[in-house]
Amino acid sequence: MALKTVRLLLWLPLIAFVAIVALVAGGLIHPHETVVRSRLIGQPLPGFTLPRAEGGAPLTPAALADGRPHLLNLFASWCVPCAAEAPQLRRLRAAGVPIIGVAIRDRPQDLAAFLRETGNPYAMVARDDAAALQVALGSSGVPESFVIDGRGVIRYQHIGAIGPDQIALILEQLRAAR
Amino acid sequence: MIAEAGLIALWIAASFAALQTVLGFAGLRAPAPPRLLGGISLIQAVATLAAFAALLLLFARTDLSVRLVAAESASTLPLLYRVAGAWGNHEGSMLLWVTILAVSGAAVALFERRLAAATLAATIGAQGLIALGFFGFLLFASNPFARLDPAAPAGLGFNPLLQDPGLAFHPPTLYVGYVGLSVAFSFAVGALLARDVGPAFARAMRPWVLGAWTFLTLGITAGSYWAYYELGWGGWWFWDPTENASLMPWLAATALLHSVTVLATRDGLRAWTVMLAVVAFSMSMVGTFLVRSGILTSVHAFALDPRRGGVILLLLAFYVGGALALFATRIATVQAGAQFRPVSREGALVANNLLLSALLGVVLIGTLYPLAAEALTGEKLSVGPPYFNATAGPLALLLVATMAAGPLMRWRREEARALARRLVVPGLVLAAALLASFWAAPDLSILPRLGLTLAAGLAVASVAPLAGRRLRRTPLFTWGMVLAHLGCAVSLAGMASESGFSAETLAAARPGETLHVGPFAVRFDAVDPVAGPNWTAVRATLAATRGGAGAALRLAPEQRTFDTPPRQTSESAIATLWDGQLYTVLGERVPDGRWQVRLWWKPFVTLIWAGGALIALGGVLALIGRARPRRRPAPEREGFAPWR
Repeated sequence: MALKTVRLLLWLPLIAFVAIVALVAGGLIHPHETVVRSRLIGQPLPGFTLPRAEGGAPLTPAALADGRPHLLNLFASWCVPCAAEAPQLRRLRAAGVPIIGVAIRDRPQDLAAFLRETGNPYAMVARDDAAALQVALGSSGVPESFVIDGRGVIRYQHIGAIGPDQIALILEQLRAAR
Repeated sequence: MIAEAGLIALWIAASFAALQTVLGFAGLRAPAPPRLLGGISLIQAVATLAAFAALLLLFARTDLSVRLVAAESASTLPLLYRVAGAWGNHEGSMLLWVTILAVSGAAVALFERRLAAATLAATIGAQGLIALGFFGFLLFASNPFARLDPAAPAGLGFNPLLQDPGLAFHPPTLYVGYVGLSVAFSFAVGALLARDVGPAFARAMRPWVLGAWTFLTLGITAGSYWAYYELGWGGWWFWDPTENASLMPWLAATALLHSVTVLATRDGLRAWTVMLAVVAFSMSMVGTFLVRSGILTSVHAFALDPRRGGVILLLLAFYVGGALALFATRIATVQAGAQFRPVSREGALVANNLLLSALLGVVLIGTLYPLAAEALTGEKLSVGPPYFNATAGPLALLLVATMAAGPLMRWRREEARALARRLVVPGLVLAAALLASFWAAPDLSILPRLGLTLAAGLAVASVAPLAGRRLRRTPLFTWGMVLAHLGCAVSLAGMASESGFSAETLAAARPGETLHVGPFAVRFDAVDPVAGPNWTAVRATLAATRGGAGAALRLAPEQRTFDTPPRQTSESAIATLWDGQLYTVLGERVPDGRWQVRLWWKPFVTLIWAGGALIALGGVLALIGRARPRRRPAPEREGFAPWR
């Protein structure tokens, strides 16, 4: 090889590295969605019958298919982020959103204490002691919220606690689900 | 007060790193007294250690007024995981990284006596500059000692997947490896700056490369075994970005390890060795960055905000880009080293280096491809095991062939005939293994069959350099090489056996039913609830008998539910037998009351990790052999022992 070619070759590693940095910097500047969307979006709720924490008729998908969009919120008294989420749920409630709570693997007395402390934001609370609904929904943890439209079809999945700056997003999803 | 003391220690360490950088680089013209540089780097190391000790103490006490502790730990955790939690998060792991870095820098400054004064000073300066960047990052962008006011009422907990003794010690092992590579990088920068690339530089760098490579080997082996038993998917390598992040520097370090030997003993491959030193460290930074920045999705997902990711990227660009530019401008002024014929020990090592580099390229491309595809087409996709297996598999098998032949060659030039004579026995073993495999397993697919036969040939070729030698007088580093190559053969046999002979059963079963997998009958006895310190679980009781006779093996796989943070993990139960492992996982409950049960029979799968341990042991022996003073002056005499 001519000496000039060799000299040029020496810069190749640097050029390759610059390309990698540019690529990665691009990825940083435009972060892509890291949350894996549920496959259940656009599908009706799976069938379930859960006992109500307040007593009365058990919760079934029919309760959510009354023509209005609902927010279905999976939570638990033992879950620290759920307590952090409570103020946002109260604000959503104040905005007129019917929120259905499902307590995952909870004990009745803990649940009652939790609802007293956080100022119960729920229109109804059902108990899912075996996490059956959670499994059926493909949910990976608590808290997790689903926007359900008036016909009981899942429209949006929110993984993790709803933050103060995400209330507008949730309200928009509920409007879109009307 | 502990947190503030830690922060002050960090500032002290940073200012001494700055001093070390300035004095080190100034030493290119007028070297400072070695004692002065040694003292400065020692103070830096002690201050960093103090900062890390402060963080450990805060985590051990679960001081919830510290933001990091509140976010990453909980007082309900067992002590081991409270302490391991200190480095199980972004800030803590960066502090651990820089602690190991500062300690290694001090070791170089205090004990390195083989290098010319200017080269050593520049090396220490480069090491100071690397440390300085990370101190700056910790102090300005990700302070591990930041307070939380008011203090949190409870900690958010520690990722349950990481609550495992293996994982508690896995990151430190890998970090020691990465930092060892950073020392090799500093040596390369120092040698380029001082225009002093030669055997002395290679001998100074070699123990660090050997050490780094040994720790990386251990880290990867342990990580693979952890993924195997903890994630419950029954596999041992998934080509996950996190796995690749540790594999890429390992591949580069393996190539470097071999080329640095050529440079140290034969004064060949000068430019190539410097290049590999830069690449190996770059790969450890690129890999860590990719995983830590959350740019690529991985099971380990250490999400990081883009601002911090940007700072790390700038550091990376500065160090690696600077070193590559230095390489491009300086390496032409480095004199070419000694020449050799293509068929020679050096030639085999060059082939090994090229194959390893190709393998590295293939893994790097596969890891970055999803990112590139998304940037170009906006489409999200992932490159899975099929790509990696198809591309890396054949390259790895070629590599095995050079690994078998290389150590049987002489330095500088080799007679093709003499080499062929030495390859007769391994060749015969290979042929016999191939025939035996057709007789024992006629339906085996091609890659496992090739893997098994090559493993047999490699095993024999690996120990061949010991033939006809007086074993007690054989140098330790020769033993190290033999063991490491033998370890590769053992691992390869395990991989081939696992992929060729595994049996799997997935069934929904009721207690009382019996399932079958491989030679085993597995009775599903019961499912019971159990409680642990910070989790609850359902536990299955299984009784396995081989061929339906003999004493039953008891297995108890679990599904655990952790509270803080809420998460489910499946704890597989594994019975290890002399000829393989019976691997059981309890899955979800099916609505009709049955339970999903997964069973695998994996013949000789343990050889994969036994081989890894053997490779690491080889590294340790070679390291001891290199560190001990030599008794005989010229061990590399021409024509005496070809495998030296």
